Amino acid sequence: MKIIVCIKQVPGITDVKINPETNTLIREGVSSIINPFDVYAIEEGLRLKDKFGGKVTVISLGPPQSIKALKEAVGMGADEAIQLSDRAFAGSDSWATSYTLALAIKKIGNFDIILCGKQAIDGDTGQVGPGLASQLGITQLTYVFKIIRLDPEAGAITVERLLEEGREIVEARLPVLLTVVKDINQPRQATLSHIRRASKLLIPTWTAADLPGADSSRLGLKGSPTQVIKIFSPPKREGALDLITADNIEQSAIILADKIIAEKIL
Amino acid sequence: MPLLDVDKDKCIGCGNCVDACPFGALSLVDDMVVVNDKCTGCGACLLACPMHALNLPRERPKATGESLSSYSGVWVWVEQFNGKTCDISLEMLGQGRKLADRRKTALTACVLGHKVEHIAKDAISFGADRVFWIDDESVAVYRTAPYASALIHLVREYKPEIFLLGASSRGRDLAGSIASILYTGLTADCTGLDIDSESGLLLQTRPAFGGNIMATIICPNHRPQMATVRHRVFEMPVADPRRQGQVIAVKAALSPEQITTKVVDFILEKDEVNLADARVIVSGGHGVGGPAGFETLHKLADVLGGAVGSSRSAVDAGWISYAHQVGQTGRTVRPDLYIACGISGQIQHLAGMKTSRVIVAINTNPDAPIFTVANYGIVGDLFQVVPALTEQFKKKLHK
Repeated sequence: MKIIVCIKQVPGITDVKINPETNTLIREGVSSIINPFDVYAIEEGLRLKDKFGGKVTVISLGPPQSIKALKEAVGMGADEAIQLSDRAFAGSDSWATSYTLALAIKKIGNFDIILCGKQAIDGDTGQVGPGLASQLGITQLTYVFKIIRLDPEAGAITVERLLEEGREIVEARLPVLLTVVKDINQPRQATLSHIRRASKLLIPTWTAADLPGADSSRLGLKGSPTQVIKIFSPPKREGALDLITADNIEQSAIILADKIIAEKIL
Repeated sequence: MPLLDVDKDKCIGCGNCVDACPFGALSLVDDMVVVNDKCTGCGACLLACPMHALNLPRERPKATGESLSSYSGVWVWVEQFNGKTCDISLEMLGQGRKLADRRKTALTACVLGHKVEHIAKDAISFGADRVFWIDDESVAVYRTAPYASALIHLVREYKPEIFLLGASSRGRDLAGSIASILYTGLTADCTGLDIDSESGLLLQTRPAFGGNIMATIICPNHRPQMATVRHRVFEMPVADPRRQGQVIAVKAALSPEQITTKVVDFILEKDEVNLADARVIVSGGHGVGGPAGFETLHKLADVLGGAVGSSRSAVDAGWISYAHQVGQTGRTVRPDLYIACGISGQIQHLAGMKTSRVIVAINTNPDAPIFTVANYGIVGDLFQVVPALTEQFKKKLHK
């Protein structure tokens, strides 16, 4: 099995606080983590390798320091890692990101499965997985929370997808791109031997010049069809907290029920 | 081109932006802000600058080739599940109608399914002028390839200016695929859509960083301008069965042999799990104490006709399935009423529910952050408050 996992380095939101006066983000120090959904993707890749043998390659597009995320993935057990980093990639929206990742994956060559997290927690778009599958012309199965059956010989896979109304069971042919949700597994901890390997491993950095067929007009900010024109604080919630303090629970419940009914939303 | 412009005449070196940057991309050198490689152009610093010295550069190369003016009209993909129109699509027909009126153009609905003529007619009642109707067994159940191919064909032939899809699981699956092939911009999970009066461009507003900042995004040089829209953001329009429109039957783009995926089963959850469309959500967290504790919440949800949600900690503890999880690593919801029971209200949870219309918090800890976003609160034990509240609603709503 040749497995490719796409990961993104994101700001660790646990460090983020909101300045109540300006309603902007305050960060004490800056920590970066692997996007939580991508950690499940790495784990799923490692599990497939444990079961079927093969190789797990992790790739990430990002600024130079995203090498740390790749090292963490190798620390979990990934076999190899490739960084995509170039000023020419900076400012990529989901289209340009998918395009760049697709070029890199074409360069890597054969694969059976590509794994991505369902979305990144900073942008929350969930569009890179489907975009990448389309660029590569392969089947996409999004919001996967269980691989029910995988037969590499027959090139067949069956997965369970988590949708609004319930769970859908789908059969597909390899190669496929899966985007995974949190429930799919319990990610392993990095092991000492893998961490040692990660610290020694030389992770190659591919720039635009390393990607055969790259059209520079489709990379980075320049190649991104979308453009941010305004950033602003979200509207504050209206009204203050109405804390209900009656003599007993029963009374409080009566008052609260009346107030909710008066909102005319039921 | 740098991702961030610093107006050196305006910068006073206060350092507010340095603290605001989520990526550690800014620093002060000689009392002047300097941008390094880590900048992603996210714009989080723009708000922090008291001098308005920071800007995201806007000038970009113009598209060449095909003229943008040959694109016109607003399209909406009407999602159906088991032959029933999804609410989010009706909400978008309502908003799509408004946008089409502002652009003085027509609203087109795309209906794909099997035996879905009634949905095509509904789309007209809810505001569409024209419906592309693909009725075929191969598109009975949503699958990416046949849906994306059909819609890409239609877009290439009829050239819409704006194309809207719901930000449901299927909508996000489909939109990402279509935009990728068409090489056009896609703004995901919008909570605001408007037309810029000067340029006529679609202004697409969406939250980022867990809802801590809002961004307005345009797609100036590619068509169609595509967006997915969150559930329950736009008002549900009122159907007018007398409205007239044109229904155009279109053939499926792929033959069954060309489709390599097969949906073999669907395990339907009870309505109480469908958080996206729920008008009322009763949600439980750490304070619920175990799987049995959720029974108390189910009873209140039943009386209110609502869904049951949960915080991450309750899911991680194995008390309730992931499908119920609200928050950053679960679902983002916007019900009319969100009742948070025994949920402390960590930032990741608030990110998923703070735009609910009315929020009620029930918690033993008066300092729990959930109270900062709540409209109503009771400090108390949920196992006493929730049953008492359930009784009151039963009485008052005559159930």
